[in-house]
Amino acid sequence: MISISNVSKQYRGSARPALNNVSLEIAKGDFVFLVGASGSGKSSLMRLMLREDVPTKGSVHVLGENLVGIPSRRVPFFRRRLGVVFQDFRLLPNKTVAQNVAFSLEVIGKSQGFIQEAVPEVLRLVGLEGKADRLPSELSGGEQQRVALARAIVNKPALLLADEPTGNLDPTTSQDIMALIERINLAGTTVIMATHDRGIVDRLKKRVVELKDGEIIRDQVGGSY
Amino acid sequence: MKFVFSEVAQGFRRNLSMVVSVILVTFISLTFVGTASLLQMQIGQMKNYWYDRAQVAVYMCSDVSATDVCPQGEASEDLKAAVKEKLESNTLSQYIDKYYFEDHEQAYATFQEQFKGNAVAKYVTANQLNETYWVKLKDSTRSQIITESFTGVAGVEEVRDQRSYLDQIFSILNAASLAAIGIAILMLFSAALLISTTIRLSAFSRRRELGIMRLVGASNFFIQLPFILEGVVAASIGSILAGGAVLAIVQFFVQGYLAERLPFTSFVGLADGLLVVPVLIGSGIVLAALASGLAIRRYLRI
Repeated sequence: MISISNVSKQYRGSARPALNNVSLEIAKGDFVFLVGASGSGKSSLMRLMLREDVPTKGSVHVLGENLVGIPSRRVPFFRRRLGVVFQDFRLLPNKTVAQNVAFSLEVIGKSQGFIQEAVPEVLRLVGLEGKADRLPSELSGGEQQRVALARAIVNKPALLLADEPTGNLDPTTSQDIMALIERINLAGTTVIMATHDRGIVDRLKKRVVELKDGEIIRDQVGGSY
Repeated sequence: MKFVFSEVAQGFRRNLSMVVSVILVTFISLTFVGTASLLQMQIGQMKNYWYDRAQVAVYMCSDVSATDVCPQGEASEDLKAAVKEKLESNTLSQYIDKYYFEDHEQAYATFQEQFKGNAVAKYVTANQLNETYWVKLKDSTRSQIITESFTGVAGVEEVRDQRSYLDQIFSILNAASLAAIGIAILMLFSAALLISTTIRLSAFSRRRELGIMRLVGASNFFIQLPFILEGVVAASIGSILAGGAVLAIVQFFVQGYLAERLPFTSFVGLADGLLVVPVLIGSGIVLAALASGLAIRRYLRI
């Protein structure tokens, strides 16, 4: 599913590499926490898996695509096969909940018929039925993150990348969101989640990959923070 | 597709003033281009018309001619007859379509008519005006033959090809139309810059949507199309206006005003105008597509 080998990433103008000779294998259906302090390389690693960046050295394979050699016109089609959520939700403030989810389908050319079926279904799945016509500003943080999750999974991706999805949420809301992400994982979607939240990592007992100064210092199945 | 068009409409609403300025700049610059190319066509037409009618004048010596060319003063009947004989000789007559002689009285009558109301008409006497052989050649470009045959001949003051006057007029008109084209190119360049700035502003105001579109895997074409269309639609409006302006200039100014006042000149007509308009609209659209395409490509790297 994901195979990263001997990857280094050096940003221009910085002396220390953001990632230094990192290798990582993630199988289909896995649930992996990426942990580590700020600047440890979690975000750089996520960016490589999204093909927002290419590594300075090494190879990155995600969902069967070689992300180093992939021609740029095929990148959009690769991204359709994975879902992404962020700490800051990234919703469109002038569109309703349903329109936000529908937007991501419209722009990849899905038919109106498909959109009319898929959007209510995914909103039910994330527990937002009845809030389809609200604007993001009328929702709580947890609800906004549910919209973002709905948008990420509406296209039934094989992989979900979550970059600190609970970073802006209080502990109770975080638990609800984690329950939802676990359900998505149980349905067969591989989940990679970068987080700072010790409580969540300790409670879920999943595989934990810890980064420090751009290197993997721990890769432990059933680990804690 | 519905989505793309609603995006374009939204882009227009968001930076209306920039869109209006794109429309105006393309409108004005393409009007310049159109007018300049019509002027070029007009020059071509007038050249054909006037060169065809241009004659070579063989001016005979008069009382007031300078003594170094005309030491004998007024050309005698013998000298005039000699010129006439030479014009009818086999060597020259094969090049000549027709010729006629204009004596002092005729020259005076023509002069009085041409300078009617001008003070100079009062002071000129018939004797001061040259008697002239007007020669119309079969091929007006070969005036050299006449010039060489008669320059320096006794009794001939000067040989003058009318084309040399025409050439001066045409070179002035030509310079004017070239200047118009130069200005038009500058304006088209600024139009292109304005379009790319507008597109970049438009992309900036939609950066949230663009970020999400890239994230969920919208194709580059799909992301760029609304912006390119935005530039193209604005420039199309401008070029259609320019086309209309060019046609209006031809119809109301050239045909309606100039043609009425200068009845013996053939002017460019609507048919010529209709030839220019599609070129204007086409080049406006291509320019806008290139400018906005380049702008959005530079703004949106994957």
